Amino acid sequence: MSQYYSELSDKVSTALASIEAVQAVVAHGELTIDISKENIIQICQTLRDHKELGFDTVIDVCGVDYSTYEGSKIHKARYASVYHLLSVTNNHRIRVRTWLDDDFPMVDSVVPIWSGANWFEREAFDMFGILYSGHPDLRRLLTDYGFIGHPLRKDFPMVGQVEMRYDANKQRVIYEPVTIEERINIPRIIRDDNRYAERQGDSA
Amino acid sequence: MSEIQNYTLNFGPQHPAAHGVLRLVLELDGEVIQRADPHVGLLHRGTEKLAESRIYNQNIGYMDRLDYVSMMCNEHAYCMTIEKLLEIEVPERAQYIRVMFDEITRILNHLMWLGTHALDVGAMTMFLYCFREREDLMDAYEAVSGARMHASYYRPGGVYRDLPDSMPQYEASQWHTQAEVDEQNKNRQGSLLDFLTDFTERFNGYVDEYETLLTDNRIWKQRTVDIGCVTAEEAKDLSFTGPMIRASGVAWDLRKMEPYEVYDQLDFDIPVGTNGDSYDRYVVRMEEMRQSNHLIKQCIDWLQKNPGAVMHEDHKITMPHRVDMKQDMEGLIHHFKHFSEGYGVPEGEAYCAVEHPKGEFGTYIVSDGANKPYRLKIRAPGFSHLAAINFLTEGHMLADVVTVIGTLDIVFGEIDR
Repeated sequence: MSQYYSELSDKVSTALASIEAVQAVVAHGELTIDISKENIIQICQTLRDHKELGFDTVIDVCGVDYSTYEGSKIHKARYASVYHLLSVTNNHRIRVRTWLDDDFPMVDSVVPIWSGANWFEREAFDMFGILYSGHPDLRRLLTDYGFIGHPLRKDFPMVGQVEMRYDANKQRVIYEPVTIEERINIPRIIRDDNRYAERQGDSA
Repeated sequence: MSEIQNYTLNFGPQHPAAHGVLRLVLELDGEVIQRADPHVGLLHRGTEKLAESRIYNQNIGYMDRLDYVSMMCNEHAYCMTIEKLLEIEVPERAQYIRVMFDEITRILNHLMWLGTHALDVGAMTMFLYCFREREDLMDAYEAVSGARMHASYYRPGGVYRDLPDSMPQYEASQWHTQAEVDEQNKNRQGSLLDFLTDFTERFNGYVDEYETLLTDNRIWKQRTVDIGCVTAEEAKDLSFTGPMIRASGVAWDLRKMEPYEVYDQLDFDIPVGTNGDSYDRYVVRMEEMRQSNHLIKQCIDWLQKNPGAVMHEDHKITMPHRVDMKQDMEGLIHHFKHFSEGYGVPEGEAYCAVEHPKGEFGTYIVSDGANKPYRLKIRAPGFSHLAAINFLTEGHMLADVVTVIGTLDIVFGEIDR
């Protein structure tokens, strides 16, 4: 498996060489490439149309917020937009990641390349506030009508910011600031584990 | 000439054919759909956010509640991703148990789909038939995990416990005489595997019964043939997976293409369709049920012959044996740590997918080495299928929307997460 993906990694690097020198890493039998956001359309186009690559399906697009990451790896920016691509024709996968700044996370939409990315990008916009420029219909998807904030950002509290109830006097549903407090029963903890010390870390 | 405006119709969220809480805003020209705009999120519970503040094993329970008609398959993808990051192997017996329950789950899911889809289209009887068979499979869930639906049976490293040697029995009451109860308990005298053997022998006959009602039924064909057609190219472009892409003629099945657990040692076929319409998807799913039944039989055979461990032996990750916990200092520490702090997963990221009854169900975990996932992304198959509803219904009649929703096999637990 890893053997196959190392070869695929070389193929991808060669195919994309004219656009950008991408950083490719194989870990856990998965290939990940880090690309710069300016080239995303060109790179995705190549990944889809290149005969030997042929990534014809977008399996997933998701955002990641690295602002409270405590591991050993250092990240280029706060947000990442991660694309999981699949080639049904050639039966292989790739993970494409592009880094986005905190102040204005924006990247070109891949909907013109794969229409399946439409809702995935809407979800990432909803959850992280990542703007996909050129998206045909970038509305919120999963949160409430009129929702404020981006819930999966690490600075958004788990209990939320507002709660909703029916007010008998006003005869309508009203929103109020939350009255519950976040309760953490088990703290988040990173143990220094020598079993995993020798393991090769993957990228990013 | 006066301007003729399109008619906008709100469908759901409280509608029996909305399969939960789908709200569709339909733009109609007469009775023809111009645009379908689904409003989802009414069942959004923030599973991904919750998972970030729970230790790895606590999240298994949330996985059941994603697609709440194929519970164990969701757990499977989640556990496999953690196993990938931990780089541990699952004992072979546990792999067979997982495959067997994945296939039981597939039948459960397809029966639910068939019953509700046929009900939406107008065949009431199917619903009752399908729920009759689901009962037996849910009893199997209950026997193995104690819960009829939300099992939390798969754990990273294996399955929670081995298959039970006896089945629970019905008891006589003022409503059921001893003779009736004896009849009900007839196939429950042996172990769970005997009970399932009895089921697999009966099940193909049941599928034949469903097919006599629907496959050549004139009304059923009028409602499903050529409704919601997708070509192979369109299916790939729209991120379709599972029966949705197979009905369009692409033999894509993760059980064959990226075999996980013991699927590469088992014999089964992948049914594919030709036209990619609702009727083909019906035929594909019907055949999948027969194939699943065949797979369950093979697993039962193997499991009856090969006893063994069902959990990985590294108790820094899995729960220690009860006896060790009482007698062994290390076992006690492991137990305490397992349930108080959990286990750390090495830094890294992984994506793992299973062939869920609805398509490709995957989880993407980013770990920073802590005892809780740093980021968990759930890739639900129904999400991309529902996203294509505008494409599928455009130009169809209003009544066909119901057929298309049925054929997509959507469940809001996984779409809204």
